[in-house]
Amino acid sequence: MKKFIAMLMAAAMMMAMVACGNTASNNGNSSNNGGSADEGGSTDGTVVIRIGGIGPLTGDNAVYGVATQLGAQVAVDEINALGGPIQFEYNFQDDTGVAETAVSAYNTLKDWEADIIYGCTTTGPSVTISAETYADRYFQLTPSASSTDVTAGKDNVFQMCFTDPNQGVTAADYISANSLGSKIGVIYNNGDAYSTGIAEAFIAHAEEIGLEVVATETYPSDKNTDYNVQLNACKDAGADLVFLPIYYSPASLILAQASAMGYAPTFFGADGMDGILTMDGFDASLAEGLMLMTPFNADATDDATVNFVESYKELSDGVIPNQFAADGYDCIYAIYAALQNIEGLADMDHEALCEALIAAFTAEDFSVDGLTGSGMSWSTSGEISKDPVVVVIQDGAYVTM
Amino acid sequence: MTAMKQARRLRKATVNSFINYAIVIAAFIILQILLGQDMISNSIQSMLVPVCCYIVMAVSLNLTVGILGELSLGHAGFMSLGAFSGIIVSTALKDVVAAEPLRLLIAMLVGAVMGGIGGVIVGLPVLRLRGDYLAIVTLAFGEIIKNVIMVLYVGIDSDGLHMATKEANLVLAEDGVAIIKGPMGAVGVTKIASFTAGFILILVTLFVVQNLVDSRAGRAILSLRDNRIAAESCGINVTKYKLMAFVVSAVLAGAAGALYGLNYSSTVASKFDFNTSILVLVYVVLGGLGSIRGSIIAAAILTLLPEMSFMRSSSLKDYRMLLYAVILILVMLASNNPTLRRAFGAVGKKFKSSKKQEGGAAQ
Amino acid sequence: MSFLNNVITGISLGSIYAIIALGYTMVYGIAKMLNFAHGDVIMVGAYVCFFATGSFGLHPVAGVLLAMVVCTILGTVIEGLAYKPLRQAPSLAVLITAIGVSWFLQNSAQLLWGAAPKVFTPVVSGGLSIFGGQLNISYVTILTVVSCLVIMVLLSAFIGKGKMGKAMRACSEDKGAAQLMGINVNSTISMTFAIGSALAAIAGVLMCSAYPTLMPTTGSLPGIKAFTAAVFGGIGSVPGAFVGGLLLGIIEIFAKAYISTDLSDAIVFLALIIVLLVKPSGLLGKYVPEKV
Repeated sequence: MKKFIAMLMAAAMMMAMVACGNTASNNGNSSNNGGSADEGGSTDGTVVIRIGGIGPLTGDNAVYGVATQLGAQVAVDEINALGGPIQFEYNFQDDTGVAETAVSAYNTLKDWEADIIYGCTTTGPSVTISAETYADRYFQLTPSASSTDVTAGKDNVFQMCFTDPNQGVTAADYISANSLGSKIGVIYNNGDAYSTGIAEAFIAHAEEIGLEVVATETYPSDKNTDYNVQLNACKDAGADLVFLPIYYSPASLILAQASAMGYAPTFFGADGMDGILTMDGFDASLAEGLMLMTPFNADATDDATVNFVESYKELSDGVIPNQFAADGYDCIYAIYAALQNIEGLADMDHEALCEALIAAFTAEDFSVDGLTGSGMSWSTSGEISKDPVVVVIQDGAYVTM
Repeated sequence: MTAMKQARRLRKATVNSFINYAIVIAAFIILQILLGQDMISNSIQSMLVPVCCYIVMAVSLNLTVGILGELSLGHAGFMSLGAFSGIIVSTALKDVVAAEPLRLLIAMLVGAVMGGIGGVIVGLPVLRLRGDYLAIVTLAFGEIIKNVIMVLYVGIDSDGLHMATKEANLVLAEDGVAIIKGPMGAVGVTKIASFTAGFILILVTLFVVQNLVDSRAGRAILSLRDNRIAAESCGINVTKYKLMAFVVSAVLAGAAGALYGLNYSSTVASKFDFNTSILVLVYVVLGGLGSIRGSIIAAAILTLLPEMSFMRSSSLKDYRMLLYAVILILVMLASNNPTLRRAFGAVGKKFKSSKKQEGGAAQ
Repeated sequence: MSFLNNVITGISLGSIYAIIALGYTMVYGIAKMLNFAHGDVIMVGAYVCFFATGSFGLHPVAGVLLAMVVCTILGTVIEGLAYKPLRQAPSLAVLITAIGVSWFLQNSAQLLWGAAPKVFTPVVSGGLSIFGGQLNISYVTILTVVSCLVIMVLLSAFIGKGKMGKAMRACSEDKGAAQLMGINVNSTISMTFAIGSALAAIAGVLMCSAYPTLMPTTGSLPGIKAFTAAVFGGIGSVPGAFVGGLLLGIIEIFAKAYISTDLSDAIVFLALIIVLLVKPSGLLGKYVPEKV
């Protein structure tokens, strides 16, 4: 009898889980309605392009993966609703932030007969996958994997975000040009490629242009919770500006701990800092005066951003999109724009499409206006060129400087 | 009579070993045929090498946990040593040894040696500890390896290998390449691992582990598990045999690591963390402590399970990892359920006794 | 002064490890099982308190109580469904089930509450400032240390005296003999889990008050660190968990401050290995001589 009740409870628990989850995550595949419509096979002249996405939907980096998944979903839904000659099918697979799983996810997408690979969200898996897509000749556009290793030597891989060295150099130049600080401390995650990449470029460039870096402090992973030692080291070294090329979740702890110890330098972040204001329960006064380089501002009042934020919130149960989501949205529109420049789309397999898209992306006159920048264009190395925007947080909102 | 009994027991062990070889070989042949017919999806194909690696990891960990009876939570550390040393060797020998299989073999041998050295370093002081204290020290070792490789920069140029702990300090000549770049891990690795190599590695692993277990040393190791004090009082050198099992296990893990590292174009140290160690332990326990065959099957099934197409289908993919957890719990409960066990045991016994009768009749 | 500051930082980090380790060590000491899902019960407790105080506007104390109730129920359900059927199974089987439960809780939390990190509102805020602001001790740290001490004393008293405590000790010594003495081993172990889970809720709230980021994977790393702390102090020993947690925190902070932030994890674990080699059963662990 006891066992029976136990089983019953287990079953009930499972049911409850499934029921609860359904409402939140029904949105993964809303565009799969044309499942059987094969690429180019339809008679009314529409071409169906399959976009396979990869990113972490579970595990430590899930928040970034989910953002890129849903950001792209918004764009896919919008484009499909237009009813134009190009329609998208979209399938986003979980890589848990690990290369091994990413390879499996990528091959699942190959089995699904994807035409274009969108991803990965994080750098580590991206480096592995870009080698695979290069060998298999799939066009790949990553929203957020910012290391130069992702694109190095692979003509088929393009980035929507700034590269790490690019951000580090831009930050150093900006700080120096606006004389924001004379003594600079750097705190970064030396277990993370993104953070290390920016920090090293920043430190190297700061030396060249004569900025004084007085403290370089690291921590091993974003699960780290205590940053007092690193902050104390910066404080003792007299740093009046602390550069934080890290993600917003550890940054929120750093800001809180700095405030608790009464240390108030200027904090300067990179694009991973975007999202800090939208954290559930975050005390925005902690971030007062925080500067960051972000291509996207969810509070912007232009129509494109407002519409995007609204659609995104609908998909995500009210979560406000960050720059990961915006980059994902722009990725799909960039692909859409490039596809429109290609003739004979209907007869192309993924290899032909890859070559055509490479040509389209690197074409002289190709540029895209999106949420994260206007006039975005790409070099043959796959790096994006768009203007970095530095904002400062005042009264809980971004103010463009 | 006793001689006959002994002979029969020996034969039983040998037969058991041969069944394991047969299973592995049969699986390989079937998979090769299916691959030839192009009947296996890309996603499963891409999992073949990692599955081989995890099988070797599970069988080798079984030697420590199931046969020696000591809990180890740092097995991925040895894999990590093997992976990164294998990658360094393979990259360094790129121009010297052109034949990929030979280079892979050398890389795996170096990986095995590095794993073994790690095994001795950890094993010597540590095996004096017991139970959970040993477990925590192996865990600590795994974390140390991870942490150290994460800050390590290794490059190679015409002058040889260079190492540093900061990227700026890694100064290479113009023809140099950075092999390991701190948190980025190893990037731009030439993929030379193959399913066949994985298959051979499994056979070698089976050969080593099964022969060790069936040998005099293996019986000494088993006796340590069953009753250390009694074994010690019979004059068995505890440290020697413990270390033997531990190091053999580490050597195999190192070789598996090298194969794993050379199967991807990039590898990061954080992959070989506590979670990977735990995952391998899950295979071992689920397959049955001390059961080599169990480890093989559990590792293969559990590695493939979350990557199966139904788990990645649109209706289930959001619950993939949740389902995986639930299945794991249910299987643990079912396999340890006395009622089910008895039911299976009865079937097994009936099967066995009928076979015995047949055998008796034939004699 | 920076030395004292580091000591204080170490204590505040260590007290968090300690309070998690208390729950760990109590379950281990009595049920003889490593409950790897403990860290995830902590995460659930923190989420419950987060929603209770944030979304429903409850008083923090009510939030903590609610978290304790929910975690106790959760712990009991987990124990009944996943661990109890394995009483006769080898301890490693239970360990693996606990890992399964841990993954289950993490993934359920993500499906239920999303992957985005939430910022926990500390149950107490502010801090003591002494020597003209050169030293800062946050109230959360003081509260955590005090809670640790109170829990430690209560636990010791509970286990040391009273019928239930005696039954628990008897189970920990020898389950078979305890059964023969008429002790209901099953319900005693279930009781241990219930208490351990309630402690996890307190630990979760205090941890997130000190370091207010809350994610589905928040519990996993502190869980491992607390396990390390419990072993450091001698697993199964209640005062050992407290001492082990504090020391681990202080070593971690000192390693970062005086040696290298790059290698702090490696140094912490190296220190752990050295301590265990010198004292193989932890700092305060009992050496149990083996009988033949």
